[in-house]
Amino acid sequence: MTQSFRLESGGLINRDKKISFKFNGKNYFGYEGDTLASALIANGVHLIGRSFKYHRPRGFFGAGVDEPYAIVQLYRNGETEPNIKATEQELFEGLEAKSVNCWPSVNFDIGAINNFLKIFLPAGFYYKTFMWPKSFWYKIYEPFIRRAAGLGTASIKHDKERYEHKYEYCDLLITGSGPSGLASAYSAAKNGAKVILAEDKSRFGGTLLTSEVNIGNQSGKEWADSIISELKEMPNVTVKNRSQVFGYYDHNMLVMSERISDHLPKTKKFHPKQRLWYIRAKEVLISSGSIERPIVFGNNDTPGVMLSSAAKEYMKVYGVLVGKKPLVFTNNDSGYETAIEFKKNGIDPIILDTRKEPQSEIIEEAKNMNINIKNSYVVVAAQGYKKVKSADVAKISDNKEELGSIENIECDCICVSGFWTPTIHLASQSGNKTKFNEDIDAFVPGISKQNEKTLGAANGIYTLEETLKDSFEKGNLLSKKITNNENKVSFPNVVEKKSTVHDKFWCVPLPKGKNYKRFLDFQNDVAVSDIEIALKEGYRSIEHVKRYTTLGMATDQGKTSNLNGLQLVSKIENKVVPAVGHTTFRPPYSPVSIGAIVGREVGKHSKPTRKSPMHSWHEKNNAVFVDAGVWLRPRYYKRGEENLFEASKREAKNVRTNVGVCDVTTLGKIDIKGPDAAELLNRVYTNAWLKLPVGKARYGVMLREDGIVMDDGTTTRISENHYHMTTTTAQAANVLSHLEYYLQLVWPELNVNVVSTTEQWAGAAIAGPKSREVLKKLFPKSDVSNEGLPFMGYMEADLFGVKAKIFRISFSGELAYEVNVESDNGYFMWEKIIEAGEEFGIQPYGTEALSTLRIEMGHVAGSELDGRTIPYDNSLEGLISKKKDFIGKRSLSRKAFAAEDRQKIVGVIPLDKKTSIPEGSHLVKDSNAPLPNPKLGYISASCWSVEHDNPFSLAILKDGKNMIGKKLFVMSPLKNKVIPVEIVSSHYVDPKGERVRS
Amino acid sequence: MLHIKCPHCGIRSQNEFSYGGDATIKRPELGKEISDQDWDNFVYNRKSLRGKHWELWQHLSGCRQWIKVQRDTATHEIFKTLKANEEIS
Repeated sequence: MTQSFRLESGGLINRDKKISFKFNGKNYFGYEGDTLASALIANGVHLIGRSFKYHRPRGFFGAGVDEPYAIVQLYRNGETEPNIKATEQELFEGLEAKSVNCWPSVNFDIGAINNFLKIFLPAGFYYKTFMWPKSFWYKIYEPFIRRAAGLGTASIKHDKERYEHKYEYCDLLITGSGPSGLASAYSAAKNGAKVILAEDKSRFGGTLLTSEVNIGNQSGKEWADSIISELKEMPNVTVKNRSQVFGYYDHNMLVMSERISDHLPKTKKFHPKQRLWYIRAKEVLISSGSIERPIVFGNNDTPGVMLSSAAKEYMKVYGVLVGKKPLVFTNNDSGYETAIEFKKNGIDPIILDTRKEPQSEIIEEAKNMNINIKNSYVVVAAQGYKKVKSADVAKISDNKEELGSIENIECDCICVSGFWTPTIHLASQSGNKTKFNEDIDAFVPGISKQNEKTLGAANGIYTLEETLKDSFEKGNLLSKKITNNENKVSFPNVVEKKSTVHDKFWCVPLPKGKNYKRFLDFQNDVAVSDIEIALKEGYRSIEHVKRYTTLGMATDQGKTSNLNGLQLVSKIENKVVPAVGHTTFRPPYSPVSIGAIVGREVGKHSKPTRKSPMHSWHEKNNAVFVDAGVWLRPRYYKRGEENLFEASKREAKNVRTNVGVCDVTTLGKIDIKGPDAAELLNRVYTNAWLKLPVGKARYGVMLREDGIVMDDGTTTRISENHYHMTTTTAQAANVLSHLEYYLQLVWPELNVNVVSTTEQWAGAAIAGPKSREVLKKLFPKSDVSNEGLPFMGYMEADLFGVKAKIFRISFSGELAYEVNVESDNGYFMWEKIIEAGEEFGIQPYGTEALSTLRIEMGHVAGSELDGRTIPYDNSLEGLISKKKDFIGKRSLSRKAFAAEDRQKIVGVIPLDKKTSIPEGSHLVKDSNAPLPNPKLGYISASCWSVEHDNPFSLAILKDGKNMIGKKLFVMSPLKNKVIPVEIVSSHYVDPKGERVRS
Repeated sequence: MLHIKCPHCGIRSQNEFSYGGDATIKRPELGKEISDQDWDNFVYNRKSLRGKHWELWQHLSGCRQWIKVQRDTATHEIFKTLKANEEIS
């Protein structure tokens, strides 16, 4: 296919480099520097998709970020991405794109039947229709609506591209490289400020690329080019194109997404696809320009109806004609510039101006070029289905309410200009209180909350000279304040054509007997009639109208629709626009890929993985790992065809009969030093600590101030003023913060220092009746007998030349020791233990066996200390000191905590001694009671008791103290299980605790 | 994301800090008789202020010091930060 709409010359594209691409399976050519949109238009392709609700044909409406229609599914290097704007996507060799929201094809779309049924799809249609019957929603309505209304398909494949995050600080961040952005960046840079200038598009210059102006005896584009190249040379300036500042957050932090590789056929090696910048700026200058506003008329969504500024941009930047018989429909002078550009390229446009007798330099020029101008004329409706074929036009009365007789003008495009809307999104996001500017019928930034200023068109200033003056000055003033340096830039001579005032006309009335759809929101198919219905039905707040009708809710976030929507509401409500107010502008300004937001934090990088020094040994010995907080811990060591259940049973059994070894490096460890260390412990733990002798460990429980158990563990007195505290793996960080809180804020008089030593020590628990035999071999020079190292004893010893700490403490309930060595020696220690234990049948055991051992012993852990239980609930009341005060003690005397039938930990055994009890199940009295069945308690942990060879669980049960021996039911609606059980003591094994002392 | 001036380390991003609640709450002295109501006020009852508020933050991923921050809960403006041992004036 030939590029029949490409001009012979002109534009900023590289005509020497032809680029081939595919759209909907067909091959086309464009040039380097094209967007997908400009290349398709050059090839005469105007039908690009179907609309969201009515499946009406969709073409191109804009030429950039404001585009509501031209959304495609993109295929690049074996990957696919939805929600790509054809007007933003730069062309690359081999690009492939497809239409979305149409089936079976864009030319013949079955869903378009909605268009003829549209009387049935008014505002709130989904809310009203699909409510009944309720059961139909999930199975019938929702899937159907989703298929019919999708805007592309997300890939379900793993995204192989790399996305990066970058943190940056600067003096001035300038968002947009149009005249105001360039001028302010230049004067700020000259003062030595650290400047970041961000441009959304690939080319710098903004409107300077398309307007006929002169700055300092250069064309607008030449001036922009020279400023940019000078800025690029300056070390204090970062200039970024393809970079959209999309969010303005607290304390002047802005986020920018830089599309590094999206315009290339393939991401270069070691390059990211996109980069997300978190920029903390001292001052922000918003120079985001303005977006042309449509005028509302009948069938104004027909392909070929587009913004007049876009038509001009396609000609001037891409050398592409959007049509050969153009109609320009305008209420201001901007339309004339587009018409003049057409004329210069040998095309005869017709201008319909809603104004009666406007006069200005630009209009004069158009007249001199013999352009056909019809004053007081409007487009009543576009005719044509897949492309504009003609326009029904009419004269309009001075009061803009009466239409004259309808005439039909043949045309192939209608270029609309309804004046300009400042892009105030970032300013509004920053907390700026926007105000309504009557002169331009639009909101502009008002009072700033953060360090932000808006320049140029974004601030409603539409003349170049004023824009440049203001921007040079603001850039200079703000940077001077920061750098204390002034290098004033001389103001260049500016030549621009003067324009005259616009007409506030924005919506063409319906001719008698016609019921054309007049669209406000082009992406979500919201028409004038929809807003009217919403207001008739009682919706008043603009926020409610928005949600009911979906006005401004699509991916374009109402960039072209918001203001006309507001004008309509204010007209119907007989209010002024500022009284209606605008909806909240929220980030992102335009869609950002999820990949960019996530950055490198994917897969195993989503959080740090902590491994013990013995990790590689576990790997070599078939450990199956489990996440324990940020740690990886062996869950079990697989032998042959064993499964989890079999392996953990074997490992636990071996601890009970021989000896096992478990990696306990992950336990939190806190070093506590200072003359008041004992006093601190005495206040933090519930039991007494002042008299713990040196060389002894003690078990302790700590509470929160509300009386709930926070954590438990052992603490050992290493020397007079030195303690070694252990915490659970999960609570290690919280306990440290907790101690720091009390030491720094509550009791600063205590002379104590705390520091985490979790990673400094590698730990191994050696447990089982034969553990002492292993210890003897490991430490032949030390007395590890029951007398030399009694239960809860501590000693330092020599492990074949390595310094070791031995704690005689037990979690498994067996005779057990924990040996700590410096982390670097962990692997050595572990190997030595395995070697020494071989003759006693030592086996490593994982967290699953560890759980089994502690559950059947009735030792509490995280599943019981779950932030909802007090010491009594866990049968830890014996550890509550009556003599001293401690954190949380006062709460324990609250009424509910002292109730007679308070919940308490118990053991649970299934009556058949076979059925495993699911954790989280509920305990009830009567399994057939009507719902809601009163719940007496819940199963906190379950295991297969290796001692008794039957299932055993721990439960927190109401009035647990008096329930021992009773029969209840365990119910698990999730697993659909009802199990008759007996309540027993939580100490299922060795209730007297003799083994640990043996 | 807030920008918080740690009195020990200087201005740092919010993600280095963790929030610690109302800084004006004083823990009752250990071992002292206290009514249920007073204890409840200390443990549970907090004002959800709109406007200037003294609060605690811990510079968790920095110097680990607890600090006092005066922040406007509506605008997020931070007026002043103090070390743990400095009295709120």
